[in-house]
Amino acid sequence: MANYNVTVNGRVHSVDVEADTPLLWVLRDAIGLTGTKFGCGIAQCGACTVFLDGRPLRSCSLPVSAIGSAQVTTIEGLSGREAEAVQRAWASRDVPQCGYCQSGQVMSAVALLRKTPKPSDRDIDLAMNGNICRCATYVRIRAAIKDAAVTLGG
Amino acid sequence: MTAHDLKLSRRAALRGMAGLVIGVALPLPALAQSGAARAFQAGSGVAAFVPNAFVRVGVDDTVTVLIKHIEFGQGPFTGLATLVAEEMDADWSKVRAEHAPANAELYKNLAFGAQGTGGSTAIANSYEQMRKAGAAARAMLVQAAAEAWRVPASEITIEQGVLRHPSGKQGRFGEFAQAASRLPVPADPPLKDPSTFRLIGRDHAVARLDSASKSNGTAQFTIDIREPGMLTVLVARPPRFGGKVASFDDKAARAVPGVVDVKQISSGVAIYASGFWPARKGREALRVTWDDTGAERRSSDQLIAEYRALARRPGTVAGAHGDAEAALARAERVIEAEFVFPYLAHAPMEPLDGFLRWDGERAVARFGSQLQTGEHMTIAKILGLTPDKVELETMLAGGSFGRRAQQTMHFAAELAESAKAIGPGRPVKLVWTREDDIRGGYYRSLFVHRFRGGLRDGKITAWSSTSVGQSILKGSLFEAMIKDGIDPTSVEGANELPYAIADFRSDLHTTQVGVPVLWWRSVGHSHTGYAVECFVDELLEATGQDPVAGRLALMSAAPRPARVLRAVAELARRSGPGPVNGRARGVAVVESFGSFIAQIAEVSAARGGEPRVHKVWCAVDCGVAVNPDVIRAQMEGGIGFGLGHALFGDVALDEGRPVPANFDTYRSLRIQEMPEVEVTILPSTEKPTGVGEPGVPPIGPAVANAMARLGLGRPRRLPIVREAV
Repeated sequence: MANYNVTVNGRVHSVDVEADTPLLWVLRDAIGLTGTKFGCGIAQCGACTVFLDGRPLRSCSLPVSAIGSAQVTTIEGLSGREAEAVQRAWASRDVPQCGYCQSGQVMSAVALLRKTPKPSDRDIDLAMNGNICRCATYVRIRAAIKDAAVTLGG
Repeated sequence: MTAHDLKLSRRAALRGMAGLVIGVALPLPALAQSGAARAFQAGSGVAAFVPNAFVRVGVDDTVTVLIKHIEFGQGPFTGLATLVAEEMDADWSKVRAEHAPANAELYKNLAFGAQGTGGSTAIANSYEQMRKAGAAARAMLVQAAAEAWRVPASEITIEQGVLRHPSGKQGRFGEFAQAASRLPVPADPPLKDPSTFRLIGRDHAVARLDSASKSNGTAQFTIDIREPGMLTVLVARPPRFGGKVASFDDKAARAVPGVVDVKQISSGVAIYASGFWPARKGREALRVTWDDTGAERRSSDQLIAEYRALARRPGTVAGAHGDAEAALARAERVIEAEFVFPYLAHAPMEPLDGFLRWDGERAVARFGSQLQTGEHMTIAKILGLTPDKVELETMLAGGSFGRRAQQTMHFAAELAESAKAIGPGRPVKLVWTREDDIRGGYYRSLFVHRFRGGLRDGKITAWSSTSVGQSILKGSLFEAMIKDGIDPTSVEGANELPYAIADFRSDLHTTQVGVPVLWWRSVGHSHTGYAVECFVDELLEATGQDPVAGRLALMSAAPRPARVLRAVAELARRSGPGPVNGRARGVAVVESFGSFIAQIAEVSAARGGEPRVHKVWCAVDCGVAVNPDVIRAQMEGGIGFGLGHALFGDVALDEGRPVPANFDTYRSLRIQEMPEVEVTILPSTEKPTGVGEPGVPPIGPAVANAMARLGLGRPRRLPIVREAV
């Protein structure tokens, strides 16, 4: 075990874990932030998506030793106008079914809109195709992203 | 067994749990003392008025509805709460839903006789019950107001949670909650006339109750449970089904920092650790020698070859009228088709997981329990406790698709054994990894169906099918539901058709394979729907008939399937221009779980002939449509789920070992593969039926039938895209 200082949602957490522990398990088991979900463990499903210095990343495949001083943002720390627009659109379209993948979907959607305020269908495909939803809520995910883009005036 | 019995067979199968489990193991007095039964009693927290087991009204006007069915996306939180709120005329913004505790007496599925969810029955079995629960609450609140205001109860109306009297008096639910709680509960409160419904059947009259918490990370799933001293448990299970632990060396595993203990249990070797990561590393470091003496060693290809040979011999009759063999002999032309379906994993986003705290005398289990009664009993039995000493709390679950409804209760057993093996006072959270999930069995059965159709004078005159596959019910708690050698879940959809064909036969060979199988969203219809709807399309094509008009001509005795078929054809026509530029449409119609769904898929050929599905039109008749938008969502999701598996799903076995392990090798539908979906819900006054499963079966054959029109042929072996493996 070794000690790491990880900055999550603007707060520094000191955690005592093995160097190869993925960020996902540091968040969930060491820090207690459970909004970020485990789905596959091999960066295939996107349920564990967080931001590292603002960029979306699969936390299940990033060892804690590689984080350094980077800023981690999880669904619990998500804020700003894109986040509000996305979460409002998600609720008003009733996007979630089981809901388990949706933290990751929301993170990916917010990242997309921050970079591309008025995304095309192809932009949405490219930004969201790393996030699996086994309930297949994709029709509503697409619609909600477009709603959020309109809200943001994109 | 009549056709009607067969259609209801899975419910009947699950109903078996009542007699097999409750009657034996759950004396009713025990229930009254259980912690579960205490949970809804009045006087605690904000609940001031608790008229029955389903409704709590708080002094803050909150109406909390206890939901006896697990919420894993299909919408019972919203659906059952809608039924209560409708009869109460509650203010939807004050309505909450939470899972009911495990208590078979109070919360049984009326279609099963035990508490549990399955067979798309949540709304169907709760429709009257939940409305009555709401109506009783309403009558008591009205009576309390009448007494307070000294006016006749009949003069009081309610709108959005506000009671009103023409004199101008008005008040909210919370103001009368205490008084109402002192009144007698009416035995048979009157229900609203459906013409006065304000929520049921009204589009967007209610929003889902769980959307916000599922969009901001606050919804609590089993995997999110954390308690002081809790250990995360992973289990090393045999690589082949039926394998056993011969011996194990846990020296290296115990050396992994964070690993606390290693114990052998029935299903394998359990690693206990301070968190998921050390548990996983511990499991990797564990050396197990497996005894494969009794294990299944056949490969999928071998099973398919055996099944194909069997399909050439007549099996046990599952349905017949006329004389199919004689009619085939008389036919001008006989068309044969053999359809092959792979094993499929359910792969819910949240793999199986569960929490259990046990102090030696009492236990609390918390997980996404889908068959609460059986799981409650299983845990109690393993821990050597009476059921009243075990509380089972149902958690939100990240999907199921059938995976959490286990006829063997194997997960509950593994959870209880994990807790028992390390001893009292150590709370455990048992977690399956994705690899455990996809390689863990309990698959949709591998099936082969061989069809023969006879054509004469431009008509379909004979139809014969032989189905070959494993039984879900055999060897389980529900074995008694197998009648005359037929597991109804093997042949549903094949042994009775909506099409009038004079000479018909459907038979079945049930195979013995050591791979555990389980119901998988839409169960038998997940394969029979594809085979039947491809085959009828092929026969109609061979006789030069239009796929819609030709089906309709055979549906004189099937008005509800005919209605959805007409509706979907109309919707697809109205929705835009016909097929253009290399796109073709295919149709399919399937009845399952009492609901009728027709779909048309518009498809083009992408690279390598891989189909690209652009748009799907869907018509649904599910009786009274309680929450139209939830129904629409289930159709969209069912289409995506069905399409993804038709295109890519395959758990191939190599000498008994599952080949795929995770989403890199068990390909799942992604957003760029999801078609646009347009749904029409047909108005109906029939009793409401399910929507969780019925959206799945038609999409595969609709795509295949479109592929035939593109000159690609109807795929006879699934998945359609086979190079993925």
